[in-house]
Amino acid sequence: MLSRTAQIRLVSSHPEVYDPCDDSFALVDALLADRANLVEHCPSICMEVGCGSGYVITSLALMLGKDSSGCHFFATDINAHAVGVTRKTMEAHGCHAELVTTDIASGLETRLAGSVDVMVVNPPYVPTPEYEVGQFGIASAWAGGENGRSVIDKILPVADKLLSDKGWLYLVTLTANNPSEICLQMRKKGYASRIVLQRSTEEENLHIIKFWRDLDTQLEFLDCHSGVMAIGVVTSVFKGKRVAQKHG
Amino acid sequence: MRLLTHNMLSSNIKGVTNGFPLLIEVEKVVEKQVDFNEDFLRNMFAKIEWKALVEASRTMGYTELPENSESSMLNSDEFLRKFHHALLELHLEEGALVCPETGRKFPVNKGIPNMLLHEDEV
Repeated sequence: MLSRTAQIRLVSSHPEVYDPCDDSFALVDALLADRANLVEHCPSICMEVGCGSGYVITSLALMLGKDSSGCHFFATDINAHAVGVTRKTMEAHGCHAELVTTDIASGLETRLAGSVDVMVVNPPYVPTPEYEVGQFGIASAWAGGENGRSVIDKILPVADKLLSDKGWLYLVTLTANNPSEICLQMRKKGYASRIVLQRSTEEENLHIIKFWRDLDTQLEFLDCHSGVMAIGVVTSVFKGKRVAQKHG
Repeated sequence: MRLLTHNMLSSNIKGVTNGFPLLIEVEKVVEKQVDFNEDFLRNMFAKIEWKALVEASRTMGYTELPENSESSMLNSDEFLRKFHHALLELHLEEGALVCPETGRKFPVNKGIPNMLLHEDEV
């Protein structure tokens, strides 16, 4: 059987690019858990903001498989090295993405507005001093400013602009990011949400949240506060962005 | 960089009101075969700025696209093949994208456009 995720031995690397770690694996596992829905969703355009090594967007392309030859992938990163590494990783797996070195989706926002059917984001979520945010090297993979929210809060309105009417957003968050407040913010924009996967360790408690446009936002309001049902809670020895930050 | 990407990019410099389409400076073009998928082309047709695609493909040396297009053309296999080739198979490997308003160049290296702005452009 063909592999449904990128193979680590085929993932390129670079000293200034964040290697796939448990947060990347958690996001891919969440996408795998939702794979049947994704295939049925028949996306035309998928996009990753902050593609890093390319592990996630390559995995998404592979799990959508041959059935998705009508689907095209866009990926961006503020780190030019990361975009180069993503190109190599995609090529090593026989995949292709439209790659742009840019801040979030700057330059694509106007023309790609309302066109993205699936967006995946593993943002820099680690709480750091504000001055560390927006650096061009590997720190851009983790430095999230106050509560780790500085970059997330910039991405959310962009996602809202880019997502199509049937668009889905998968976002990696940390408990410190206050995921329920993120859900609430998105609810105000008309999105329902569900935690697709939760993964806890000594270092980090990750939530992979899926957002989709939903007209019936009022009823959903309660869900967000009472804590949405989580499927697939896994505890493991965790090596994520906090560890990378310490060693980076 | 495929012309699909070019068709989705505009100049992001602060204050620029007419940032689309970006002009193309060609240093190196490569062609790569891509599986033909009618559904994708039909889905994308409405989102593509045709004139920009025609001009971009000419700059890249491909002159087969009709000047104007309408959705009825999607019934023609010949049209779809040309559309497919221009949109997905022509890659700008090296060169630059140029803001039509300011002339600012965004480099394209190894097929990847760099849209990062300087501090005074944000």
